[in-house]
Amino acid sequence: MIFSFTSIFLLISLLKLTDESLSKYHTMETVKKIWFFYRDGFREMTVGKTLWMIILLKLFIFFVVIKLLFFPNLLSRDYDTDADRADHVRKELTK
Amino acid sequence: MNDLTTVVDWSRWQFALTAIYHWLFVPLTLGLSVLVAIMESLYLKTKSEKWLMATKFWMRLFGINFAIGVATGIILEFEFGTNWSNYSWFVGDIFGAPLAIEGILAFFMESTFVAVMFFGWNKVSPRFHLASTWLTAIGASISALWILVANAWMQYPVGMEFDPAQMRNVMDNFWDLFSGIAVNKFFHAVFSGWALAGVFVIGVSCWFLWKKRNQDFALLSIKSAAWFGLAGLLLTMYTGDGSAVEVTKHQPMKLAAMEGLYHGTEGQGFTAFAILNPDKDWNNDEDEYIFEIAIPRMLSILGRHDANAFIPGVTDIIEGRDIINGDTVNTVSYAERIERGKMAQAALRNYDIALEKGDSVAMNVAKADLQKNFQYFGYGYFDDVKEAIPPIGVTFWTFRIMCYLGGYFLLFFVVILILVYRTRLMERATWIQWIAMASVPLMWVCSEAGWAVAEVGRQPWTVQDLLPTKAAISEIPASSVIVTFWLFALVFTVLLVAEVSIMCRQISKESKKNLSSNKA
Ligand code: HEM
Repeated sequence: MIFSFTSIFLLISLLKLTDESLSKYHTMETVKKIWFFYRDGFREMTVGKTLWMIILLKLFIFFVVIKLLFFPNLLSRDYDTDADRADHVRKELTK
Repeated sequence: MNDLTTVVDWSRWQFALTAIYHWLFVPLTLGLSVLVAIMESLYLKTKSEKWLMATKFWMRLFGINFAIGVATGIILEFEFGTNWSNYSWFVGDIFGAPLAIEGILAFFMESTFVAVMFFGWNKVSPRFHLASTWLTAIGASISALWILVANAWMQYPVGMEFDPAQMRNVMDNFWDLFSGIAVNKFFHAVFSGWALAGVFVIGVSCWFLWKKRNQDFALLSIKSAAWFGLAGLLLTMYTGDGSAVEVTKHQPMKLAAMEGLYHGTEGQGFTAFAILNPDKDWNNDEDEYIFEIAIPRMLSILGRHDANAFIPGVTDIIEGRDIINGDTVNTVSYAERIERGKMAQAALRNYDIALEKGDSVAMNVAKADLQKNFQYFGYGYFDDVKEAIPPIGVTFWTFRIMCYLGGYFLLFFVVILILVYRTRLMERATWIQWIAMASVPLMWVCSEAGWAVAEVGRQPWTVQDLLPTKAAISEIPASSVIVTFWLFALVFTVLLVAEVSIMCRQISKESKKNLSSNKA
């Protein structure tokens, strides 16, 4: 995630803006440029709004409901060290 | 049925359900992104507005598919940590490294350039926009590369050494991961996505023709999609041939299952159609097929690129028999593999006892014993050689579905190309428009069947020869797996219905606009 946002940041700051958009953006700082780029993009969306709702709902179901309630990482949850995890798996695989 | 069998079976069904669902979106993303990039390149080259409109239209459908498909693969990773914790630990950084690279590199490429692709029209220079579209397409394929490399490693584990102290496979040569299996798998999967996108675009465009809306746009789309799809299909067939050779070399049992073959011969035929004999077992004298139509020598050509080569069947493999260049070669029989697997496991047990006592000499002895037989480690979990045979019927039929539909789509693209250059014929021939629309779901069946061959055919292994499903599973109650299976079935169905209806609504809405000119 962090990488994505950093890269988005770097990328947009390096954007070669067209003449038309230059006049609109040229005085703004990089951060503002990114903000407007995304804000305008989202505003102009039509079907995209429904899609974003679906994406957000989906991420909520996946990460909050499914992951937290039903899919713990068993070895991380039950053991504190890698040595303990290895020990558990060794016993499991040789029982 | 005991609880272990229930947990293993339900976890496998759950994994299969998630993977099948995930793969509904991936091939379209892989193919459509490239087709859209080609269309945009043509726009930049010709400055013709028709290409711009085509690019924008298909890009929007790409966006819908991308948005609904994104993150569906993450559930597979949840399942690794909960249902398959022994497996997750055992595969160690072999699996972790490619997936981590995927997460960092491809994901950031995709998320960055997808944003420019959708929001960047009129905000960035046309060349920069085109570069972003191409980078989105390349990013998607790079994502697939890492997953497929990890998958290929499970089919043919190389480039690692097992460390009993860490209980993990430790990578010793990253580049070994790019085995023949991995390379063929990657290109086969990616090019199959091109073919799939070609059929999708043709199917949707034929709906336009049938509705008599935006016919010029539809014909242009059909032309480009048919060439693109045909190229993708030919490359899929070429790499499918490469995959078959690799499977013959490294997973002969899978090949035998794909053919329903028990007793191989030199110059082995390929069964074009057969009714499998349900009473056939590896060690009885029943016939393999109740009825069979075979193409002489074809399996030898497909598997070993030699019309006279021997292809071992299930019984040959279990008994340890192969023939290479005319000489009978004794391979390690499954009975011996089971014995050596049990020896490897005993050595690991001794290692564990020595570790608890802190006896480093005994640890070294046990480790050396383990290494001697480690390549058959997983066979030690079986009591009967029969347990190491994959489900023959599913593997046999899914392989045929993939190949036959592959043949059908070759014909399909050729016919479409012939018709589309006779514009009036294509516009009038409603029969071909209907066939094209009906072919869209068939293409998904073909693609999913490919995965069924690859994954069912390698059962019972999660990691070939090293870890069968019954050892890879976590100690969890069957009831929780059953509950989450149905939960997924529900969530995935709802999301799929949402995707299809948004996609259809979008197509219908756009079809009413003028898609030949931006000014409309
Ligand atoms: C007609 C010639 C074809 C041949 C000889 C062929 C061969 C194969 C083989 C041997 C595998 C198993 C590879 C493994 O287990 O590692 C495979 C898998 C697969 N096939 Fe095909 N195939 C053909 C056509 C197609 C077509 C037309 C599609 C879809 C458009 C397709 C999609 C897939 C997919 C998605 C997989 C799973 C990924 C993989 O293991 O590569 N195949 N194919």
